[in-house]
Amino acid sequence: MINKVVSGAEDAIKDISDGATLMLGGFGLCGIPENCINALVNKQVKNLTCISNNAGVDDFGIGLMLKQRQVKKMISSYVGENAEFERQLLSGELEVDLIPQGTLATRCLAAGYGMPAIFTPAGVGTEVAEGKEVRNFDGKDYLMEYAFDADFAIVKAWKGDTAGNLIFRSTSRNFNPIMAMAGKVTIAEVEELVEAGELDPDYIHTPGIYVHRIFQGKDYEKRIEQRTLRKVQ
Amino acid sequence: MFSKEEIAQRIAKEIKDGYYVNLGIGIPTLVANYIPKGINVVLQSENGLLGMGPFPFEGEEDADLINAGKQTITTLPGSSIFDSAMSFGMIRAQKVDLTILGAMEVSENGDIANWKIPGKMVKGMGGAMDLVASAKNIIVAMQHINKAGESKLLPKCTLPLTGVKCIKKIVTELAVLDILTEGGFKLLERAPGVSIEFIQQSTAGRLVVEGEIPEMRLD
Repeated sequence: MINKVVSGAEDAIKDISDGATLMLGGFGLCGIPENCINALVNKQVKNLTCISNNAGVDDFGIGLMLKQRQVKKMISSYVGENAEFERQLLSGELEVDLIPQGTLATRCLAAGYGMPAIFTPAGVGTEVAEGKEVRNFDGKDYLMEYAFDADFAIVKAWKGDTAGNLIFRSTSRNFNPIMAMAGKVTIAEVEELVEAGELDPDYIHTPGIYVHRIFQGKDYEKRIEQRTLRKVQ
Repeated sequence: MFSKEEIAQRIAKEIKDGYYVNLGIGIPTLVANYIPKGINVVLQSENGLLGMGPFPFEGEEDADLINAGKQTITTLPGSSIFDSAMSFGMIRAQKVDLTILGAMEVSENGDIANWKIPGKMVKGMGGAMDLVASAKNIIVAMQHINKAGESKLLPKCTLPLTGVKCIKKIVTELAVLDILTEGGFKLLERAPGVSIEFIQQSTAGRLVVEGEIPEMRLD
């Protein structure tokens, strides 16, 4: 069995350098790779292009990298809830490519499946379609969207084993498995790392072939963005 | 005139037994509170969940379990979890029976604008463009007129579009309307106490009125 284990976040990201294109898993603050983000903040790599559904909040997640101006370009579907992001965007310091969420997800999927492009109806007839090839299938128009090309994919899983197999928990799955498949180099941080053989092969979400480095993360904050409760009747 | 809750209550009457439904943020979220008793409906949340349950009780919230509005939620018996690509796969493949979303503007040919106001901070379209481009059945919950008293039901949208020729039904504080395939807002029902004349004044696009227009009922 090939051993994918590295000592920790610093070790896992050691060859990420200025100008790299990164995919970062998570939806809002749910399922983000907290340990690797903190390590990237400490390493102070710059001019990064980040592909991630959202951009974190001011003091957590990708927001921490934005605050240090490490990000040159964000490719996301929704970037609200971040004042520093807004300031950098309006001042022209930060480039942002907003794309439909399903297009974002499927461009990851295409990369992981070895397909160069997809056709999607999302954005037909809108400014998202500008400059893109349109093809008609059975009377309906579709945009051609290219598979992502990312140097590194950084994901967070619930459990993983030394062979790189991953299992995700609840809706923290979101973009993590499809980004794991899409990186040239994929780094996975997990809440619990076990020996190969301890996870049931039938319950693996991401096979270890897609994962190059794995480590057990620590001190997960798992911040909740919108704590919404039901009143006791 | 209907309140937001009453708009949601009226839309809930369109939900049928066995439907898989995606609810957008805002008024559409309220629709979940009014789903008719005795029917089985599964709510889809596009971050990767089928079978969305109510908000958790205090102490039971789970950071790993949220909806597309990033709110803490719960699952129900029969729920399933999947990744974002599969989530939009089932939307694109029209497995979801009904999509309910909000809008800033809708045009008489079914175009919708709901993601961007030029000159203001743009937060992004999230999953809205995917939903409107693929859903076979979309109901828009929106205000008929804005705070300045101007119509949001227009001959042509003025804001950047989210999707083209995709909206078929609208429920507002004033009326229920269908969008005709040949273009135009066909008035189906009016809110209690609202006159056809007032709806006419409040609709900048072509309004089609044929026969008796009953008042909306919520029961």
